[in-house]
Amino acid sequence: MSKETWRDLPLGAVSIRSSLEYHTGDWGVEVPRIDHQRCTKCTLCHFYCPEGAIEMREDGYTEPNLDYCKGCGICAKECPVQCIEMVRKSE
Amino acid sequence: MVDRLTLKEAAQIPDRLVSGHRLCAGCAHPIIARLVMKASEGLPTIVTNATGCLEVATTIFPYTSWNVPWLHNAFENAAANAAGIEAAWRAQRRRGKGPLAGYEKLNVIAFGGDGGTYDIGLQALSGALERGHDFTYVLIDNEAYMNTGIQRSGGTPLSASTTTSPAGEVIPGKPQLKKPIDDIVVAHHIPYVATISPAYIQDALDKCRKAFSLEGPKFLHAIIPCTRGWRYPTSETVSIARLATQTCVFPLYEVELVEGRPVYRLSGPSAAIARRPESKKPVEEYLKTQGRFRHLFRPSKNQELLDRIQEGVDLRWELLLEKVG
Amino acid sequence: MSKQKLLGLNGDEAVAYAQKQVNPDVVAAYPITPQTIIVERFSEYVADGEVDTEFVSVESEHSAMSCCVGASAAGARAFTATAANGLALMWEILYIASSLRLPIVMAVANRALSGPINIHNDHSDSMGARDSGWIQIYCENAQEVYDASLEAWRIAEHPDILLPVMICLDGFTLSHTMENVWTLPDEAVKSFVGDRVFPKVKGHLGEAELRLDPENPLTMGPLDLQDYYFEHKIHQVKAMEQALKHIHEVEEEWAQLSGRSYSYVEPYRMEDAEVALVGMGSMMGTVRHVVDELRGEGIKAGMVKLRLFRPFPAQHLKEAVGETPVLGVLEKCVSFGAPASPLLEEIATTYYAESQKPSLTNFVVGLGGRDVPPSQIRKAYQALLAAKEEGEAAITQQFLGVRGV
Repeated sequence: MSKETWRDLPLGAVSIRSSLEYHTGDWGVEVPRIDHQRCTKCTLCHFYCPEGAIEMREDGYTEPNLDYCKGCGICAKECPVQCIEMVRKSE
Repeated sequence: MVDRLTLKEAAQIPDRLVSGHRLCAGCAHPIIARLVMKASEGLPTIVTNATGCLEVATTIFPYTSWNVPWLHNAFENAAANAAGIEAAWRAQRRRGKGPLAGYEKLNVIAFGGDGGTYDIGLQALSGALERGHDFTYVLIDNEAYMNTGIQRSGGTPLSASTTTSPAGEVIPGKPQLKKPIDDIVVAHHIPYVATISPAYIQDALDKCRKAFSLEGPKFLHAIIPCTRGWRYPTSETVSIARLATQTCVFPLYEVELVEGRPVYRLSGPSAAIARRPESKKPVEEYLKTQGRFRHLFRPSKNQELLDRIQEGVDLRWELLLEKVG
Repeated sequence: MSKQKLLGLNGDEAVAYAQKQVNPDVVAAYPITPQTIIVERFSEYVADGEVDTEFVSVESEHSAMSCCVGASAAGARAFTATAANGLALMWEILYIASSLRLPIVMAVANRALSGPINIHNDHSDSMGARDSGWIQIYCENAQEVYDASLEAWRIAEHPDILLPVMICLDGFTLSHTMENVWTLPDEAVKSFVGDRVFPKVKGHLGEAELRLDPENPLTMGPLDLQDYYFEHKIHQVKAMEQALKHIHEVEEEWAQLSGRSYSYVEPYRMEDAEVALVGMGSMMGTVRHVVDELRGEGIKAGMVKLRLFRPFPAQHLKEAVGETPVLGVLEKCVSFGAPASPLLEEIATTYYAESQKPSLTNFVVGLGGRDVPPSQIRKAYQALLAAKEEGEAAITQQFLGVRGV
């Protein structure tokens, strides 16, 4: 897609696309794997994730969103019951 | 009154700082900023943001991560912008005319980094506090001008190595102390000042909600460990923030103005240390986790400087305890 | 045409009175001589309840403009005033205000930039801001100041313009000198100025009014990299072109309302002028007086007063100058190291492509409030007449009224 000309861009240089369209999931080399058997639904990983990429599920457990996960490892480090493991991405 | 939110409740609130921003992996900015946004749930909110990591990495044109009205103007004027937004609302509300007239309360939030707050933004902050605008200023303090390359700020702590206060042969990092910004803000006698940390989510959430429920200027000082500038592995951000509180480098407390007097109150983790002083961890445990303090340990331990740092931390902790009474 | 009331007002009071009638949502200002009367008078209106403006006593001019940006972005009408170093202190925010397309109105009581510190009139301050993307109108007398202070809102908020507007009035000479000012009734002003209307833009969450709206969030002031900044600057280039096209519409409406007609340039006795002076501000009143004297002596002198400086009304200027072969450009501004002062450079550029162009002589006058009396203006005309005799075509720069030059 070619970039917009000045005519296509809105007044005042307001932003035109949500960053949700920008998938940062390819940044990291690791992704979290959550063991729901041991998870206590404390929700802390959801809050600790800088990306907001640990999403709440209907059932109260959490699920990583790999479209945005940068593999920082905070969730795995901080989980009070250590039920999150950082796993190397496969090629 | 703005109700307290539990973690479970807050977890259900959709993010208004959304994914896809380009802050570093492991950055604490979005941990705090997401929380502040969740705490704004149900309140008509306008955010203004000083130039810095948070502002830059969340709004690289054409993309933006903010699902809340958001204004960036310049580096040193987050507080002045917020003052303008608040004045606009106040005027329109008073005269019952204009797009903001319908809002009984407007939650105006200003984000400023340590650069945009301690140093270049101090004047605008002081002015806004003195005039008593109804807004919440969130200081996102990563203790250096990180966005431009880790240069020292007034918020950089003693002996930290930055690119403009490098640990060299002759001078071991920043020679000056960290400016006591909370004391400066408290001296303005504003309704509410509090310190918050990404390591204590419920506490931070409570303080945000508390701030949003009060009228007048509120100041929240957040410690923002920086994986790049403080030099540690990305996964350590929250644990380093926790250590900062456990060593009393960054105590958690609130200062509320009660009948004209600032009343200090320690928050959970810091109150626990006050009750059991033996649980206070030595500052070395905090310093050794970060590359910016590496020169204090290698090639040899700089015991003198470490002692000075410990004394400084102890003194400020003592002064804080005196104020708590 | 409305029934008007004659008041004795100095330039600053005229600004304050006009804004009293507009009753903007927010005024954020910091005092600096010779603008102080504006903020003082307006503060009295606030204290007496004659306006219900939120008056923000900011702690610096940088914060004054920042506060106006915040307020205007939030959907309010925002006004401020400053001079000289105050304008210089808010310099970076001027550019930002324009880029955000905020219809902020500001009065500048033209004063010399330090150093050394001098509180008197010249145009160095507003001239220094000519690249910032603000519309600039220069006033000759207190009446023009009053009128422009009201027109400014309609110009700034015009849906095809949307640029901030700077009303320039000479410090002390205009700001502190009482003159007759015909003022419109409050109702007529309110009806003329109307309410602020917001353009619609397509943001990242859909269509929204261009303001900070909790219901329709926009991101204003993003980071622009190499791939987008330039296009956004073109917006401002185009906005100035639109301003040139549309400002006269506002002036026409104003003429209907007040009986006073303004144009971008105002020629005087130019039809057969052989020598003419072009310039801006209050000194053009003195020039007009000298033109009449010279005409009385049989000299075909004329003058062109430039009212609109940004956007630069090149075509209008050329039409006003007509066939006059010798032009002097009177300026209260110097650009150190430049071939000439700013106004002459703009006029020279205007004529560059023309096969027929007048000779241009720059007369730098009045720096730091140095008086520009009729005798000095006469010297300028004499120099122009000499130039005409010698058939000079080159641009020269002269300094009048300064010792040793």
